[in-house]
Amino acid sequence: MKLWRFNGGLPSLAEHKNESTHLPIETAPVPSQLVYPLRQHIGNAATALVKVGDYVLRGQKIADAQGLISAPIHAASSGTVSHIADHLIPHPSGFSAPSISITTDGLDKELPPSGQPDFRQLSAADLVSLIREAGIVGLGGAAFPTAIKLDNQSKSRRIDTLILNGAECEPYISCDDRLLKERADKVIEGVNVLLHLLGAKRAILAIEDNVPSTFKAIQTAVNQNNNPAISAAQIPTIYPTGGEKQLIQTLTGKEVPSGGIPADIGIVSINVGTVYAVQQAVIEGKPLTSRIITVTGEGVTTPRNLEVRIGTPISTLIDVCNGYTQDADRLIMGGPMMGFALMNDQIPVVKASNCILVASKHEAVTEKQAMPCIRCGLCASACPVSLLPQQLYWFSRSEQLEKAEKINLLDCIECGCCDVVCPSHIPLVQHFRYAKSALKVQHHEKHLSNVARERFEAREARLAQEKADRAEKSRAKKAALKEKPAKETIDAAISRAKAKKQNPSEGEG
Amino acid sequence: MSFLILIVLFAGLGIVLGYAAIRFKVEGDPIVDQIDKLLPQTQCGQCSFPGCRPYAQAIANGEADINQCPPGGEAGIAALADLLGVEAKPLNADNGEETPKLVAVIDENTCIGCKLCIQACPVDAILGAPKQMHTVIAAECTGCELCLPPCPVECITMEPVVKTLALWTWEKPENAAQKETS
Repeated sequence: MKLWRFNGGLPSLAEHKNESTHLPIETAPVPSQLVYPLRQHIGNAATALVKVGDYVLRGQKIADAQGLISAPIHAASSGTVSHIADHLIPHPSGFSAPSISITTDGLDKELPPSGQPDFRQLSAADLVSLIREAGIVGLGGAAFPTAIKLDNQSKSRRIDTLILNGAECEPYISCDDRLLKERADKVIEGVNVLLHLLGAKRAILAIEDNVPSTFKAIQTAVNQNNNPAISAAQIPTIYPTGGEKQLIQTLTGKEVPSGGIPADIGIVSINVGTVYAVQQAVIEGKPLTSRIITVTGEGVTTPRNLEVRIGTPISTLIDVCNGYTQDADRLIMGGPMMGFALMNDQIPVVKASNCILVASKHEAVTEKQAMPCIRCGLCASACPVSLLPQQLYWFSRSEQLEKAEKINLLDCIECGCCDVVCPSHIPLVQHFRYAKSALKVQHHEKHLSNVARERFEAREARLAQEKADRAEKSRAKKAALKEKPAKETIDAAISRAKAKKQNPSEGEG
Repeated sequence: MSFLILIVLFAGLGIVLGYAAIRFKVEGDPIVDQIDKLLPQTQCGQCSFPGCRPYAQAIANGEADINQCPPGGEAGIAALADLLGVEAKPLNADNGEETPKLVAVIDENTCIGCKLCIQACPVDAILGAPKQMHTVIAAECTGCELCLPPCPVECITMEPVVKTLALWTWEKPENAAQKETS
């Protein structure tokens, strides 16, 4: 299979995968408390369907999608809803957000699953709504509602290639690798569902060439499945080849247009963990209530992959991995390149959590003193999106956000390649993250001021109209007074008065 | 002969120019629109003009300076200076200070339903009826504080806008910036 190469990237980034890959996936126990932030996907927060005191079963929908870009949430075990209130969420802000807490009863009672092993009988629209109802979002980390990606009907587009993203390029993370090693057959079943749904001509399951044993497992599963449309591809291990746009470029040579989505060039790309969730939802009838998470780093005694109920506090995961070591320094959700630090281990894992990295001091990104930029240009040659990081850096640092936007700041995928190669140790991605979020606020303020201007002008127009109406009314009254009284009205009044004088008795009577 | 040619030529050009003047007539005063776009649209009147648009008009006419808008702050002054090609200057203290954005909140237990604040609000962001409780549409409130003075029972307070997750910003890496400027 012919492969292409995207710009830059880091071919020799230390992988740190072996720490967590040698042990099979272990099922984490049901914790005493499960916590579900209502917003754990891109889009609108879900709306709670339960109230405090309600008894829920595993697989029961506890919050429903709100609007198109949203996803429902399901309980991962049976128990009683104990709170619906703000709880710390896994987010770099350290904010709390509305969450549903469930006190589990340990019985783990389940709603009877109703699978559709005969998925070929279902229409694409039925399958999309099934996947939407199962609360499936992108499990690679972005948490974009999968049903929207798959919805072919409402848009006029043709998908010819389905890409299954098993390229787990970020160091330390190995949950997709373990999933493919152990459950490749189920993933391939899921691929069949998606191929049927999308009507795509081919599906390519891509993994990096640093895990040959996994590739063998996939090939066996592909051969057993005997669907000629599905193929497996091994791609060079270059960070960030698992980025959606980078993977598409590697496999097809096509670039997703700036600001566009893969569907614009006839491609849908889905993480393999998500495909497994689709298989579970469609064929086995189980909504998304658990996922595989890598718990790793020098700060944890037994790094490994766990199958975890979504909503489980991180402390439970650490316990399963035999606790913290003395080196534990920082708790990071995600990998060392793109992850973010967490406040404490009472924060629950959400659908998007693929890795808990308990980093030791030297594993966490070292905060070396930043030196001035020397304009060496290494960042530009490392940027997988072919941006100009140093130019973006100047604009971001000097708050010239519009200029930064013009040179495509918003296309930055925050992979951190520029950070790694920068000889001056400038925290470039940190600058870009700041600039992107500040730009978002600026756009919001612009929107608010436009609304205020409209309302102000509407009010001015209304007041002017009212004033004009009043003036018109009084003018009409004055005009009426001027014209009429001259003759008829005065005459009439005089004749009335005369009549009164002549017949005073009438008036008195 | 050449005299005649010139007359014809000039007449022809005159017709073309006359037509173009009508055909491509610019509606409104674009510079006022451009200035108005840069103003924060708080409509607070701190600039001593009754709203952002009148202030924009005054700047365009040269009747007002560019440093009279406290809600726009330093950034707003810089943007105006950039647009008009003049030197930026610090905010005129007579007009007020740059403060974080606020939103008006009506204490619904104290409100007597007098409608005075509704009449004062420049963006129609207060809802209510005579002798009925009033309330602020928070999303439309510009924080101009014009509703505070007319209220006879002082039931309106200005509260800071709650930072939502959607508008949260990453911290700017200051240490690098400080180091390089020092």
